[in-house]
Amino acid sequence: MDTMIADSVEQILQVCCDPQRVRHVEADPRGKAASTMWEVLAQSGFIDALCPEHMGGAGLGWREAAPIVFACGRHALPLPMAATLLVRAALAEASIDAPSEPVAVASAASVLDDGSVRADAVPFGLAAGWVLVRLPAGDRLLPLDGASRSPFGGRGSLSADIRWPAVPAASISLPPATDQAICWRATMAALTAAQMAGAAERVTVMTIDHANNRNQFGKPIGRQQAIQQQISVMAAQSFAARMAASIALGGAGWRVHPDAAAVAKARAGEAAILVAAIGHAVHGAIGVTEEFDLQLYTRRLNEWRMEYGGESYWNGVLGRTLLQGDMNALDFTRILTAAT
Amino acid sequence: MISELPFVDIPGEDESLRQSVRRFVRDYVADLPPDIRARSWLGFDAEFSRQLAARGWIGLTLPPEHGGHGRGHFARFVVAEELLAAGAPVSAHWFADRQSGPLIAKYGTEAQKRFYLPAICRGEAFFCIGMSEPGAGSDLASVRTRAGKTADGWQMKGHKIWTSNAHHSHYMIALVRTSGVPEDRQRGLSQFILDLKSPGITIRPIRDAAGDEHFCEVFFEDVELGDDALIGSEGTGWEQVTAELAFERSGPERLYSSSVLLEEWLDAIRRRARSGKELRPSDQVLAGRFASHLTVLRALSVSVTCKLEAGESPVVEAALVKDLGTEFEQAVPTLIADALAATPDEEPVPQLARTVAYLTQVAPTFSLRGGTREILRSMIARGLGLR
Ligand SMILES: Cc1cc2nc3c(=O)[nH]c(=O)nc-3n(C[C@H](O)[C@H](O)[C@H](O)COP(=O)(O)OP(=O)(O)OC[C@H]3O[C@@H](n4cnc5c(N)ncnc54)[C@H](O)[C@@H]3O)c2cc1C
Repeated sequence: MDTMIADSVEQILQVCCDPQRVRHVEADPRGKAASTMWEVLAQSGFIDALCPEHMGGAGLGWREAAPIVFACGRHALPLPMAATLLVRAALAEASIDAPSEPVAVASAASVLDDGSVRADAVPFGLAAGWVLVRLPAGDRLLPLDGASRSPFGGRGSLSADIRWPAVPAASISLPPATDQAICWRATMAALTAAQMAGAAERVTVMTIDHANNRNQFGKPIGRQQAIQQQISVMAAQSFAARMAASIALGGAGWRVHPDAAAVAKARAGEAAILVAAIGHAVHGAIGVTEEFDLQLYTRRLNEWRMEYGGESYWNGVLGRTLLQGDMNALDFTRILTAAT
Repeated sequence: MISELPFVDIPGEDESLRQSVRRFVRDYVADLPPDIRARSWLGFDAEFSRQLAARGWIGLTLPPEHGGHGRGHFARFVVAEELLAAGAPVSAHWFADRQSGPLIAKYGTEAQKRFYLPAICRGEAFFCIGMSEPGAGSDLASVRTRAGKTADGWQMKGHKIWTSNAHHSHYMIALVRTSGVPEDRQRGLSQFILDLKSPGITIRPIRDAAGDEHFCEVFFEDVELGDDALIGSEGTGWEQVTAELAFERSGPERLYSSSVLLEEWLDAIRRRARSGKELRPSDQVLAGRFASHLTVLRALSVSVTCKLEAGESPVVEAALVKDLGTEFEQAVPTLIADALAATPDEEPVPQLARTVAYLTQVAPTFSLRGGTREILRSMIARGLGLR
C-alpha cells in the first residue's frame, strides 16, 4: 500500500511538477501554470486521500498517506497540497463540502478592532484559494477573493501577509473541535517536517550525484574523504528528519499528536540546517545559481524551518510537557511514539 | 547500499517484558549513586548478571535447544534498554549476550554451541572481544597476533589491547592471522575462542582517566589451543568479524550512555521547580531538544532492530544510527554542563556535578569503541554510493 501510493504520487509529480514548472508557478502563483498543476493534482484524487470512502475519499490515515507529503517536499511542489489534504479531511468528517481550490493554513490569525482579519506569513498564501484560520469565534475557512495579500518571504517564496476587510460572508465555519487535540499549528508543523524530509532527501541525492560527477584534482570530489564525511553526516540527518516526520505521521487518522508534531518539527529543523549547508558546500558556486535546481530545495528547507514554529519553539513546548510531568525521558519517548 | 529505515513498533509480546525487568533492575540499583550508575555497560557485577540470567533475560536471541530463549532481537532491545536507562552494571554478560553468543550460534560447531551457549545463558560464561592490537586499531585487518597449526591444534602468539573486561572474563574471541602476512589484509584471518586460564596468557588491566579499570592488555606467549578452539572456518575471520560488528553496533547501547545523567538532570530541574523557582526557558528548550533527539534516535534504533529480526545484516544502517547516537550521547554531558553552569548563584547539586564530571571524561570513548566516527562515516559514504 505504502509503496503503491509513493510510486503513483512520484509519477504524477515527476510529470506535472518538474523544476521548470516549479519556477513558473513561483513567478506567477495564480497564473496558468499554477492552475494547470493544481488541476492535475485535484484530478489524481490524492487530495481526498484522508476523506472517508463514503464521501469519495480513500479513507487513509497519515500512516498510509505520509508518502504523499514526503513527495511534495522532494519535488518542491509550489502548492499547499499537504494543507489541502488536511483541511479536506476535517471538512469531510463534518460533512461539509470542500472548495475546489488549494487551501492554506495560517499559523496564527487575529481579528482587529475594525473587524478586519489579519494573518501574517501564511505559508503558500500566494498560491492558495482559501485559508484556514483559528479566530476567537472558532475555526473558519476564508476565501481569498476580496482579500489583499502581499508577498512575505524572499525571492520565490509563496508565503503571504493577508488582510480581509471583514470575515467574508462566503467563509465556511468548521464545527467546534470536540477534541482539544486539533491544533492546526502543530499538525501543519508535522506536515511541514515531512516536506522538509522530502526536500532533504532530494538535496542529499543531488549532492551524492554531484560528488560522483564533479572532477577536481583529476578525480571525482566524492573520492575525497573530507567530502565523504560531510555527505555521510548529511545522509544521517536526512534519515533523522524522515524518521521524525514518520513518527508524527504514524497515526491511523488525520489527527496528529501535538507532542509528536513537536518532535518532528524540532528535529527536522535541526537536520535541515546541516543538510542545506552541506549540500551547498559540496556543490560549490554552481549551487547558488538561479539556474541550478539545488536552490529550489535548500530555499524551502530554510523557509519551512521557520514556519509553524521553529526548533526552539517546539523543543520548548516539548520540554515543558516533559518537565511538568514526572515521567523519565525513556518513558516519555516511548509513550509519545506509541501514541501516534 | 543503504536501505530505508521505516517507523515500526516493538511487538506487544516483547514490550510486555519491560515492567518486570524494570522492577527488578531499579530495585537492584536503588542504592547506587548516579555517578556509579553512569558507568552502565562498563560496570561489572557478576552476581547481577547471574540474577538476570535466572530470570531468563540473558540469551534472548539464542536458540532454545542451547539454553537460549528464542525470543529475538526486539526482546533483547527491550531488556537492554531497561538495563541501560537504569544504569545497571551489565558488563559481565554484555559482550557474550550481544555478540559472542550470536556469533557462536551462527558459526559454531554443534559441540561448541552445546558447550558455550547454555553457560552464557546461565550468566556463567563471560566473554571479551579480542580484536584491537597496539598496531591495529581502525585498521583492524592489520592484526599481527598469529596462530600456527600444530599436530593437535594451534599455537598462538601476540598481543591484544583495549580488551574490555578481559580481567573478569572466562573466554575471549580473538581475531588472529592464521596464514599469510599482515599485508594480505582481510585474507588469512580466523577467529578463536580462548579459555583465558590457558597457560601463556597474561592479562594486565589499563586504568582510564576516570580511575576505572575496564579494559586490558592481553599477551599470548605460545598459547596451546585445541582444534576445537577455532570458530567458523579457517580464513573466514574477516567475514565473521563483520557480522559480529553489525550486532555490536546496532543495539540500543549507542543511545543510552548518558541516560543516567539525563534523568538525574530532569529530576533536578523538577525539584528546583517544586521549590518555587521558575522553570527557565532555556532548560525547557534543552529538555525538549534531548527528548526530540532521543525519540528519533530510538525509533531509528528500533528500525535497525527490525532488520536484524528479519535476518538481515544492516551494517551501514547500524553505522548511521551509531554515528547519530554517539553524537547525542556526547552532547548530553556537554549541554548539561552548560545548563548547570548557567546558574552560578544557585547551590550546586553535588551528585549531578560528579556525574557530569565522570561522563565528560569518558564521553570521547563513545565515538571510538566499536569503530570510530570517521571509520563509520567512511562506511556510510560507501553505502551511499560514493567512492
Ligand atoms: C572504552 C573502550 C573499549 C574498547 N573495548 C574494546 C574491546 O573490548 N575489544 C577490542 O578489540 N577493542 C576495544 N576498543 C578499541 C577500539 O575498537 C579502538 O579504539 C578503535 O577501533 C580505534 O582504534 P585506535 O584507538 O587504535 O585509534 P586509531 O585507529 O589510531 O584512530 C585514531 C584517529 O584516527 C582516525 N583514523 C584512523 N584511520 C582512519 C582513516 N582511514 N580515515 C580517517 N580517519 C582515520 C580515527 O578515526 C581516529 O580519529 C575499545 C576502545 C575503547 C575506547
